[in-house]
Amino acid sequence: MALMASTRREVDEQSFPLALYLVVPVLVLVIQSLASKHFPLFAMLDLPLIVVIYFAITRRSPAAATIGGALMGIAQDALTGQPLGVFGICKAVIGYVAGSLGVRIDTENHGMRLLLTFLFVMLHNGIDWVLVRHLLAEPMAWSWMREPIRAAVNALVGVVVYALLDLAKSRE
Amino acid sequence: MESFFSRYKNALVLIVVLVAQLLALAVQVKRPAPGSPDQEGVSLVRYVVVSVITPPERWLHNAGLWVRGIWTGYFDLVYVRQEDAKLKAEIERLHLEQASLAEDARQGQRLTELLDFKQHYIYKTLPAQVIGASGTDQSQTVYIDKGLKDGLAPDMPVVTADGIVGRLRDVFDHKSLVLLVSDPTSGVGVVLEATRTRGILKGAPFGQVEVINVSPDDRIKPGQRILTSGGDQIFPRGLPVGTVERVMPDPDRDPLVDLVVEPAANLSRLEEVLVITDVGATPSRQAQKDLAASEAEGVEEQRRASDVLAERLPGRLDPKAPADTNPDPKVGETAGVSTADEVRLMTPPKPQRPDQYSPDAVLHASEMTPGQRRAPVLQGTEDIVPVKRTVSATATAEEERGASGEARKSAAVSGGSSGAAAPTTRTAGSGTVTGTSATGPTATTATRPKPVSAADGSTASGASKLAPSSAAGLGTTQTPHKTTVIVDGPLPAGHSAGASRSVDQSGAAPSAPVKKKSPEIVPDDGSRPPSVEKPAPKPKPAAQPAGDASTPPNGGR
Repeated sequence: MALMASTRREVDEQSFPLALYLVVPVLVLVIQSLASKHFPLFAMLDLPLIVVIYFAITRRSPAAATIGGALMGIAQDALTGQPLGVFGICKAVIGYVAGSLGVRIDTENHGMRLLLTFLFVMLHNGIDWVLVRHLLAEPMAWSWMREPIRAAVNALVGVVVYALLDLAKSRE
Repeated sequence: MESFFSRYKNALVLIVVLVAQLLALAVQVKRPAPGSPDQEGVSLVRYVVVSVITPPERWLHNAGLWVRGIWTGYFDLVYVRQEDAKLKAEIERLHLEQASLAEDARQGQRLTELLDFKQHYIYKTLPAQVIGASGTDQSQTVYIDKGLKDGLAPDMPVVTADGIVGRLRDVFDHKSLVLLVSDPTSGVGVVLEATRTRGILKGAPFGQVEVINVSPDDRIKPGQRILTSGGDQIFPRGLPVGTVERVMPDPDRDPLVDLVVEPAANLSRLEEVLVITDVGATPSRQAQKDLAASEAEGVEEQRRASDVLAERLPGRLDPKAPADTNPDPKVGETAGVSTADEVRLMTPPKPQRPDQYSPDAVLHASEMTPGQRRAPVLQGTEDIVPVKRTVSATATAEEERGASGEARKSAAVSGGSSGAAAPTTRTAGSGTVTGTSATGPTATTATRPKPVSAADGSTASGASKLAPSSAAGLGTTQTPHKTTVIVDGPLPAGHSAGASRSVDQSGAAPSAPVKKKSPEIVPDDGSRPPSVEKPAPKPKPAAQPAGDASTPPNGGR
């Protein structure tokens, strides 16, 4: 199967320079915050989620992706007014699922990345809606028109971001 | 055991992470109120993250401002001059508008003071730059570059020149988190300007702003302005919030409606904001100074406008215009300049016979006396002599009553015709009415005090009923005295207004009898005498002068 990680190269755990694990999340959070200030539509994007998905599917370590996703989500929560942990839970789940799938499927394919990102964004927003609406009992709307569009936009941007981050990848 | 952890390491890590965060969420949800401050641990996490994220944000923001400043300050100066002129004109217009509103504002302040309302005026504000946002559309928050070190505190209102923005939620040393009014967890007390309907402004999903739980009212229309009501104890009242965009039914509470609001401030494009750091019960000194300055400028502007208007009026005489029939010599004298080039005032012709409608014929209200009779009343001065006479002991009680009644009735008797009448004298100036009923030698004098209202301060408006008869012949002592005669009724022909009439009370014959109806004397209380009067007793021929033979007993009426 072309979609399965069959070759040795695909199964290898890929690593990045250590500084990149620190710089990229901070940079993404800053860009997200600044860009959404000047361009309100930019808030539709979720760059931290894209970064979490990328590191999860490239590192292929569900535990590391879970912790990484949780930290990224908590940082994102800290910048908002909502309680800490909402985005942390969502991104931890996404990291775990993405890390688990990264071992089994070919994540080098752009089409596969596009599809995975679309599904992960939908799942992330679904978990977020459940937590906010039913756990925190705060108003939050779910739109079947808006959420797929949002997921598609994130997937398209994600493919570009993945390609950029691939440049910094170092193979062992 | 080791193989269990190694085998389910990933799942266990996930479970631990999720459980930890769920517990953290549960602890955070236990906050007493949604707007209350975070717990210490949560605040610490926020502080660390914000401290890491905001410095790069500030650098990037400043870099962007620097680039923008270079562009706008040096390259994009094409329309600055036109814009400057336009802004100056706008400032003048606003000064005038402010001057016209100043009196209304003062009146409103007086009324609110009367009603003991607590009005909050903005004393001090702190400008701040927006350096970042939350980054998600679920949380409507922004970061500003001022914090505790700049004097900020949680729950301070944040506004722009257009309207309210939000309030400070978390304040750090050099930065603060502003909770926008479009956030679902925010709440602002608002009031509709037109209908005075109160409500709570809250954020709705997708960044909308709504006034929730409003009673349905047909008067609420899209476009109506919404102001802060001051009921939330955060925002001063009267600040613009936005306008009603549409009215929609509340899905949770059936009869109530929600108002979708278009915020006055552009919440999605915030650059600079003002944090209100101090409010007070009276306008600040600067505000009062600005108000006085704009008011003075408004008065000056109105004066200039009046001058401009006067210059535009026609300044030359029309040679074909009709001549003034009664030119006023005072016109042009005060200025001391020739009035040849000025507009000549048309003076109305003087009336041939002044009446109460003539100019200056009617006194000013402040110069009048209550109860005083005006036109058509003539006032004159009459020399009368109080009568002192010995009352006969044989006077009967009937005669006394009759005389007193006559005196009280104040029958109109002219001086010339009173020779045959009973000599009843009312001395108005002294406030004493002296009625003397005289049927021949058995005359009775009835005296009673009576207050008299003064007509003009100098002469009383009392009436005199005189008995010109021969007081001397009856042995009375006469002293020259002046009294005021008020003549009521239509003027006889040929009688000039204001003419005074003197009657010699020394026994001299009065003037020729007047054929026409003589004026009647009104009592001092302003009442009109009865239309039909009791005829006076017929005088004795001996006591009546010859010249008065033809005088009717009622004074020629």
